[in-house]
Amino acid sequence: MVWRAPWHDLPRILAETQAVEALRLSLICATGATVISVLLGVPLAWVLARSSARGIPLLRAVVTLPLVLPPVVGGVALLLAFGRLGIVGRWLEAWTGATLPFTTLGVVVAETFVAMPFLVVTVEGALRSADQGLEEAAATLGSRPFATFRRVTLPLVMPSVAAGGVLGWARALGEFGATITFAGNLPGVTQTMPLAVYRAFETDPPAAVALSLVLLAVSVTVLVLLRDRWLRPGTTW
Amino acid sequence: MSEPSESPATEPLADAGQLTADLQLARGDFALGLALHVAPGQILAVLGPNGAGKTSLLRALAGLTPITAGRITVGESTWDDADRGLSLTTEDRRVGLVFQDYRLFPHLTVRDNVAFAARARGAGRDRARRDATTVLDRLGIVELADRRPAVLSGGQAQRVALARALASRPRLLLLDEPLAALDARTRLEIRGELRRYLAEFSGPTILVTHDPLEAMVLADRILVIEGGRAVQEGTPAMVARRPATEYVAQLVGLNLYSGTLADRATRRIDLDDGSSLYAAGHDRDEPADAEVRAVPMVGTRMLVALSPTAISLHTHEVDPGSARNRWSGTIAGLELLTDRVRVAVEGHPEALVDITAAALTALELQPGQQVWLTAKATEVVAYPAP
Repeated sequence: MVWRAPWHDLPRILAETQAVEALRLSLICATGATVISVLLGVPLAWVLARSSARGIPLLRAVVTLPLVLPPVVGGVALLLAFGRLGIVGRWLEAWTGATLPFTTLGVVVAETFVAMPFLVVTVEGALRSADQGLEEAAATLGSRPFATFRRVTLPLVMPSVAAGGVLGWARALGEFGATITFAGNLPGVTQTMPLAVYRAFETDPPAAVALSLVLLAVSVTVLVLLRDRWLRPGTTW
Repeated sequence: MSEPSESPATEPLADAGQLTADLQLARGDFALGLALHVAPGQILAVLGPNGAGKTSLLRALAGLTPITAGRITVGESTWDDADRGLSLTTEDRRVGLVFQDYRLFPHLTVRDNVAFAARARGAGRDRARRDATTVLDRLGIVELADRRPAVLSGGQAQRVALARALASRPRLLLLDEPLAALDARTRLEIRGELRRYLAEFSGPTILVTHDPLEAMVLADRILVIEGGRAVQEGTPAMVARRPATEYVAQLVGLNLYSGTLADRATRRIDLDDGSSLYAAGHDRDEPADAEVRAVPMVGTRMLVALSPTAISLHTHEVDPGSARNRWSGTIAGLELLTDRVRVAVEGHPEALVDITAAALTALELQPGQQVWLTAKATEVVAYPAP
């Protein structure tokens, strides 16, 4: 890909295809999806790891479903749920006047849908192998369950939260199927890099290669930077 | 609940109260049923083999394992009352528990580990750290304050775990095999220290151990449990001289026989294997009350304790001398102890006999060889079976 890239045409292609706009949107949406994944996914992982309620296996199946489901199917499911006539969407529009499909927020929702399982699976594994004896020790020292989670459990599984977050971020950055189904392909609003590549490939294949190259460079850079900070084995916080 | 403005951890607790527990615990095949009282400032050692329910007892007292029946009270406050369906959570019990594996928080420094309880109860960071430093200083380990648990030696981790438990100003202190994870030399060192710190603690203390020496050295009273039941309770001296079960006798290194009193005048005890022993022995500090000292009725079930060092071993038949008890047997095995040799003799009754290494060479003892044993009646201590 690097070999075949139209290097001399690069500035023109990037300007014509609104590459900068698409890249900005990609980074914002992927980061937003990661933040939401962490906020929702960590408590969810805790419930999956610690609760013995009857519905837990079913909940785990639902949470990890996006891992095996083709993203396009996920997008259809989201459309059915959050669409204007969807079960949640109808209610959402009635209450707030907002609709999710074909908006930037819709992109974030679609990316969260496919990225969160990576975080949940990673963090749940860490919580399972975390030493529950330490939580008992905290209780004997007068610490209530939430404080124990914040002061003891979370710091201990933090490397896994970071790892899961990076995995989820990477997955969200490359998201295509669910996004195009749920949010469409509107330049400047929902057209992220992968969608821009797809659009370019239909009309101007060399441009698609150029755009792919940009996405590749950005992904590698970010992952290398994060790896040095957080993903080194044995890191403790 | 405590306020952030409460007195620092170094001050003794004003409201130290007695622990009274009468609890039942059932889990699958295992059942634990015990009644205990431990006065403020008193140290009770719970001694028992693995699987006797020692750790279960501590977990029940700490509220980590729910009890199935009974009551636990400390001073004025009720921690558990199964009849009324009342059970305080662990964090509301003010219980200091030193776990066998210490369970220090690996992501916190020693100082923050010790400050954890104060922080959990709402104290400000600076104040909690200051108090933690005071406690570390009192235990002589203030130089460890900024280290992480991962770099501590076993002995240091043990001290920090104790400091953390004491800094939480517990109303009940529980220690689970506090010295088990240490090497022999550190154990000796920490045991001395532990004695000192435990003496300073004003509330009731329960120490769980399978090491009789640890129990004897550290505790005021010993409760021996086997299979979830109490089999003996008494002062360390009492337990050491008058073991109630084979397990305790083995722990304290005594021969123990059971039988019935056959003659009150000579204090002859007919043992269960058909042999007899004359037991005229007295404990040096035998209780003064007449009930214990009086000779029981003929037919009373008795236990007979005989120290391996009080038995003489001969390779030929001995003349009737001053020793009232004489019997013969064959050597079943020889075991070298640190400063002497323990000879296992099969006979009626069978016995462990301690001889010096020099005697072993002089007598040229071999397994299977016939030997004659004698023991003075005054060395044989008999007491009613519990």
